[in-house]
Amino acid sequence: MNWLLFLEQVLNGFQLGILLFLLAAGLTLVFGIMDLINLAHGSLYMMGAYFCATFTAWTDSFLLGALLALLATFILGLLVEVIALRNLYARDHLDQVLATFGLILFFNEFVRLVWGPIGLDIPLPALLNTTVEIFPGVPYPTYRIAIILIGLLVAGLLYLIVSRTKLGMLIRAGASNRETIGALGINIRLLFTLVFGLGAVLAGLAGLMAGPILSVEIGMGDGILILALVVIVIGGIGSIKGAFIAAIIVGLIDTVGRSFLPELLELFFSEANAATAAPAISSMLIYILMALVLAIRPQGLFPPRGASG
Amino acid sequence: MNPSPRFMVNAGLLIALAAAPLIAEWLGDSFYTGLLSRVLILAIAALSLNLLIGYGGMVSFGHAAYIGVGAYMVGIGAFHAFEDGIDWMLNGYIQVLAAIFGSALIALVIGLISLRTRGVYFIMITMAFSQMLYFTAVGVEIYGADDGLTIYERSDMLGLIDMSDEKSLYYLIFVSLLIVLYGLHRLIGSQFGAVIRGTKSNEARMRSIGFSPYKYRLAAFVIAGSIAGYAGFLMANLNDFVSPDMMHWTRSGDLIIMIVLGGISSLFGPVYGAVAFLFLEELLSSIPLTIGGLRVGEYWQLIFGPLLIVIVLYARNGIDSFLPREERRA
Amino acid sequence: MTNDLLVVENMVKRYGGLLATDDLSFSLHEGELHAIIGPNGAGKTTLVKQLTGEISSDSGSVILADKNIERYSEPARSHLGIARSFQITSLFPDFTVLENVLLAVQAHSGHSFRFWKRATEVADLVEPACAILQRIGLEARKNTPVAALSHGEQRQLEIAMALASNPKLLLLDEPMAGMSVEDSGKLMTILQDLKSKVTILLIEHDMDVVFTLADRITVLVYGRAIATGTPTEIRNNADVRDAYLGEEA
Repeated sequence: MNWLLFLEQVLNGFQLGILLFLLAAGLTLVFGIMDLINLAHGSLYMMGAYFCATFTAWTDSFLLGALLALLATFILGLLVEVIALRNLYARDHLDQVLATFGLILFFNEFVRLVWGPIGLDIPLPALLNTTVEIFPGVPYPTYRIAIILIGLLVAGLLYLIVSRTKLGMLIRAGASNRETIGALGINIRLLFTLVFGLGAVLAGLAGLMAGPILSVEIGMGDGILILALVVIVIGGIGSIKGAFIAAIIVGLIDTVGRSFLPELLELFFSEANAATAAPAISSMLIYILMALVLAIRPQGLFPPRGASG
Repeated sequence: MNPSPRFMVNAGLLIALAAAPLIAEWLGDSFYTGLLSRVLILAIAALSLNLLIGYGGMVSFGHAAYIGVGAYMVGIGAFHAFEDGIDWMLNGYIQVLAAIFGSALIALVIGLISLRTRGVYFIMITMAFSQMLYFTAVGVEIYGADDGLTIYERSDMLGLIDMSDEKSLYYLIFVSLLIVLYGLHRLIGSQFGAVIRGTKSNEARMRSIGFSPYKYRLAAFVIAGSIAGYAGFLMANLNDFVSPDMMHWTRSGDLIIMIVLGGISSLFGPVYGAVAFLFLEELLSSIPLTIGGLRVGEYWQLIFGPLLIVIVLYARNGIDSFLPREERRA
Repeated sequence: MTNDLLVVENMVKRYGGLLATDDLSFSLHEGELHAIIGPNGAGKTTLVKQLTGEISSDSGSVILADKNIERYSEPARSHLGIARSFQITSLFPDFTVLENVLLAVQAHSGHSFRFWKRATEVADLVEPACAILQRIGLEARKNTPVAALSHGEQRQLEIAMALASNPKLLLLDEPMAGMSVEDSGKLMTILQDLKSKVTILLIEHDMDVVFTLADRITVLVYGRAIATGTPTEIRNNADVRDAYLGEEA
């Protein structure tokens, strides 16, 4: 077995995991605090990427483009919350699912209208368009390292916010018991809007970071949304720690699994059969993991303590 | 027995649908026959889903996967008959059985796992599993993977029905719709239906009086999946094409839209919903308005998306709210 | 020597720092009407939930007719003969009165994998259901949707649902709550009638009802039984007067 390839795939898995974490964190926060299932979260991911592509083209700087895109996604998140989602908190999940599905349709079409049906390119910033030798003789794209580092930084920041600040305390309290924070006289509306905005920024960050390596296209959020959902189911709804660990696991299994499954299958089957079955089975791996977690621990691996229902 | 106002409206709809191809033929425009065929197939699938959502309180977001499974049975059969000369695989009756049992089996496996969860978890998990099936289909090169599979010959019904004839196919679909409507009507009023509805209404009390709802919900899940599989069989014959896209979770979203549009609390709701959904799509995409060089109709989902949100917020019961109330619906 | 239908031994239930059931032990003689009284928050409903299996105890055992039923699920216990009425009305609001009781009868009539015949037309289910409704006094309202019933009628239906399974052990959680004097009187008569045919555990706040109907009374305070005995014994018990009856006057 090619150990260098394995190492490379492990790093790729980490990188996918980090992206998934950013996406899942926002989703699980919003669900945990506001009990809102937001399918349009993937659309915010998409908008982050599109904003970044446009701003980068305008300013000729990826960094500037990214920062502007984060701001724009934050504002977009606030707008969406105030205009469309505010009335959904009290509704049942079917209503929420439908309304946010309507948002997906809207955003996909909006993107098509403004940016056209063909995808966009975000050119890698020259500074990061290199490789780094993580081990002697083992080059790995700098950009992907950057993703991992930034993601870890954000995860650390989130951890600090959630465990050390007043906002974080409200978030943790809200995740365990929604009614109580209302009774404490906190401005719930403002809290919800802010939390949603935070989630939007995280999604947008994931989108713009993914942009240069995956493609920026219509509906790019719809597929990865499902992965994010799998992550929060495995990690435990409402738990950021759970989202982080589950995201890394899912990222690793999906990436490493995909690369090495043909080899593994070849131990049991002929090369031709292994090659045919591998793509289908590797897609199934994370869902099988999800099914296993559900069978053994239906509330997820790290549910928030004392979570209500 | 005095037919209620609602019954008359429903009957009117059915009569209109029965007469549609004849009217289309008389008008010399068979476009609507094809469109309505599609509407009715989706209505069948939506009806089966509403057994779960409207009557059972199980919001399954992965129902389109079963349509896909049924459709692929036809596609695979046609493929092998064409490529390898295995003629019996083109037999429509065998394909129907494969479609129904194939989707039932998959629904059983997915249901076994998913139904152990509740609420949002259930929604997300059914979504995830249907996506898994989507990727599985994408991964199978031999059956076209991403590009899908063209069907060169429709199901051979051994001379009884000519599936290539538009009108014959339409009436097969229409009769199927009638059978599904009547079957569901009986199912819902039966003891089994009472358990399903009771579980939605008050699960705690159900357990208290001695019911273990899980096995009944699983049965409902499998029944609904099989009906959707049959819809897939019809769909494949109508489109001469199957692809993984049929199983994508967003297709399940379309079905849910139809159900809510029509009204989740009534038996006929999904039929009205399917008709409304497709006609709305036709209507919006042919708006003869051009703003700033862009044809409004081409971006109809820009209107449809927000419209959906408005309906969810303000007209939750869909078309049901505008029709006479259904006689007795518990 | 009377037979003990139900024996509860050292039952404990904790919610975080709160001890809802504190090493509770008592037994029910077969055929008796045993009342559980105590101040609010004493853990009476929690006790009922542990008996039906809705919640699981942290420790202790529940023995029904010499069988340890700790491992039995709620539906399974229903089939062993335990039935319960809820303190907060818990019916099927979209169904009619008859359909509610029909479900309760259906639950004990074999499996429900019957897909064709209308449930309201199955004589084997409808006859017993109507019989119960007659007994309770709701026969005239059988086709009324539950949402249209008065509060008192809903409470009556609660009892009917519990009776529908022909239980051996009936757990009634404040059945008279919110009932008019007339309705309470009717229910008293029904309970009088049931006495000695069915073992009844009655949770009630109305002392007149308790002292009229009960064969024995257990007083629950903070999850612990502070006294068990006949109505006379309880009335004369100093501890009970201090803890509870004194306040009730």
